[in-house]
Amino acid sequence: MKRTIIATVNNTSGVMNRITGLFARRHFNIESITVGMTENPAVSRMTFVVNVDDQRGLDQVIKQLNKQVDVLKVRDITDDAIVARELALIKVVAAPQHRGEISALAEPFRASIVDVGRESVTLQVTGDQQKVEALIDLLKPYGIKELARTGITAFKRGTKKSVFESPKYSIIN
Amino acid sequence: MSPKLKEADGRELKTENQEMTGSSMLIQALAREKVDVIFGYPGGAILPTYDEIYRTGIRHILARHEQGAIHAAEGYARVSGKPGVCVVTSGPGATNVVTGIADAMIDSLPMVVITGQVATSVIGTDAFQEADVVGVTMPITKHNFQVRDVEELPRIIKEAFHIATTGRPGPVLIDLPKDVSTASGFFNYDQDVDLPGYQPTVTPNKHQIKKLVEAVTKAEKPVILAGAGVLHSGAAKELLDYVEQQQIPVSSTLLGLGAFPGNHKLSLGMAGMHGTYTSNMALHETDLLISIGARFDDRVTGNLKHFAPGAKVAHIDIDPAEIGKNIETSIPVVGDAKEALRMLFEAKGTPCECTQWKEQLNEWKQEYPLWYKEEDNSLKPQRLIEMIYEETKGEAVVTTDVGQHQMWAAQYYKFDKPNCWVTSGGLGTMGFGFPSAIGAQFAEPDKQVVAVLGDAGFQMTAQEMSILQELNLPVKIILVNNASLGMVRQWQQLFYEERYSNSLFPVQPDFVKMAEAYNIKGWKVEDPNEMQGALKEALNYEGPVLMDCRVHKDENVYPMIAPGKGHHEMEGIKP
Repeated sequence: MKRTIIATVNNTSGVMNRITGLFARRHFNIESITVGMTENPAVSRMTFVVNVDDQRGLDQVIKQLNKQVDVLKVRDITDDAIVARELALIKVVAAPQHRGEISALAEPFRASIVDVGRESVTLQVTGDQQKVEALIDLLKPYGIKELARTGITAFKRGTKKSVFESPKYSIIN
Repeated sequence: MSPKLKEADGRELKTENQEMTGSSMLIQALAREKVDVIFGYPGGAILPTYDEIYRTGIRHILARHEQGAIHAAEGYARVSGKPGVCVVTSGPGATNVVTGIADAMIDSLPMVVITGQVATSVIGTDAFQEADVVGVTMPITKHNFQVRDVEELPRIIKEAFHIATTGRPGPVLIDLPKDVSTASGFFNYDQDVDLPGYQPTVTPNKHQIKKLVEAVTKAEKPVILAGAGVLHSGAAKELLDYVEQQQIPVSSTLLGLGAFPGNHKLSLGMAGMHGTYTSNMALHETDLLISIGARFDDRVTGNLKHFAPGAKVAHIDIDPAEIGKNIETSIPVVGDAKEALRMLFEAKGTPCECTQWKEQLNEWKQEYPLWYKEEDNSLKPQRLIEMIYEETKGEAVVTTDVGQHQMWAAQYYKFDKPNCWVTSGGLGTMGFGFPSAIGAQFAEPDKQVVAVLGDAGFQMTAQEMSILQELNLPVKIILVNNASLGMVRQWQQLFYEERYSNSLFPVQPDFVKMAEAYNIKGWKVEDPNEMQGALKEALNYEGPVLMDCRVHKDENVYPMIAPGKGHHEMEGIKP
């Protein structure tokens, strides 16, 4: 099962190394890691998307993370009301006659064209994983030259009313 | 200015907030942590620290190889409960202690390891004797530091000792670049440790304790599995009190030997691959398994599929990550073993009568004791260990390497007291036993320290005989010499159709002459009839001794749970 885990860690050198080393040696399967500074420059926030077999595997991931001296707080937020976003840059083969079409495809995803070359355009899209993947699928027939994804970064919502995010685009649902 | 303080041994304790060099801070901090002995080896990048050691006269034991130094520090830590301190230089000095650090990590020994490092200006340039020690040791330390600024040094040392000795103990490494140790800064060692990410839980949850007390009341076939955690938390007395109150039988892990008296009527002996039949069957048949400070290592559990099939598992451990790691646990108790046992004792639950269960256990004990055959007038290694037990009256500190001799020592030396057993359990490090005996002797100068070693393992760190020679340290080396890598040979015999690949030594040194080269008294014993007398003489000899005991070469360790098998599938349970 796929779980989203967030951790706040000391912003000291080698922390990323400690965490990725831990995942590697314990054979934890990570789909993505993002890391960045928080409102407190001494603290970084990490978001992991991990693939675990069962609850015990998940407990181990959280406990082993907690054991690290530089890890301040760990939380599995998968079942909480969260804001989870990832950014993808997609370079698509685009002959001049296809550009209009691609641009129209991008629109409902609120993706923007951030670079135009002679034979390609680069789109930038932000959203949860399904949205990003849906756009990638739609762009595949044109030929994807390059793809870069940041991985999910997430935190809990300010209000806890709804557990599920309401869809903000129509193509998928 | 306030006067300089002097400790009894002449070490100067400088006053706070004086300006001093990094290496001076290090030695002052060690004095404040009450470190009475350092094990180490000098070299280029650590020279400033060694200069400070020279000037302050802090006690330093010079090993002849860094591996010797780190294992000595481990032996010291295991017996004294205090952190073992090891100081080595950068690059090869540091990589030579890697085995010992990994060993201390997996066996939870409190250690502070200080490694020199090249100057900060050349870190990352592949400088002379540079190695990424922080990177190398990241997965095998509880935590590690590289000091970038001399002002951070006092805080880092304080944190290192705090982390190493609290919670689940473990090794902490401080990588000290040469320029940091020569730079000057203010020494303030009175700041509080502030580690928001490190808050070990000491006091267990009352609710879980209550659940455990209720479970004991209901249990018909309870058993306690006592691990090294009981020893680390100094809870041997609390365990004995609790067991006597509740009358629950106790099985022990390899590293937990001595946590509960081996001769007690409720002791079932060691569990695991070469544990007693009774102990393993108790774990297999139990309906309530209470693990205290043990981590369900594969050598204890055998095949997890068959482990304690009918048991409700209660797990007391200070490290929450151990609970549920290998075995599903229904009563998790996170906390210090001593606290937990005290709370359990005070709960005064109804003692376990379980007459039938105890009868069954006694029946197994009678029917399937540990056994070996006395045959063809050769010295049996098991008998050798029994003699050591008899001659030392069970009061010696025994250290071992890994392998057959280790298992025989664990089986036949009935550990009645805590902290008398020093062995490499988790990592299974050859070459550990001898140097760890040196460290143990420093921790217990008045106790007899016996290093029970294999002839193979001894040759990995034999150079440390220099320390015995230099200090006339009365460590008794007893070689269980079967001229082979016994355990490897045993497995090749049992599982590789007797293809003895590289496990039989075609030649061996003359160990007695080797000892004599270090001015250590040597004996060679082959005749079992002479053994006891020679042993008596050797143990009573005032200085260091090496006994080359030629034991029966083909002896195997039994009983045994073959790899992949369960506790109920033990082999060699009877002659």
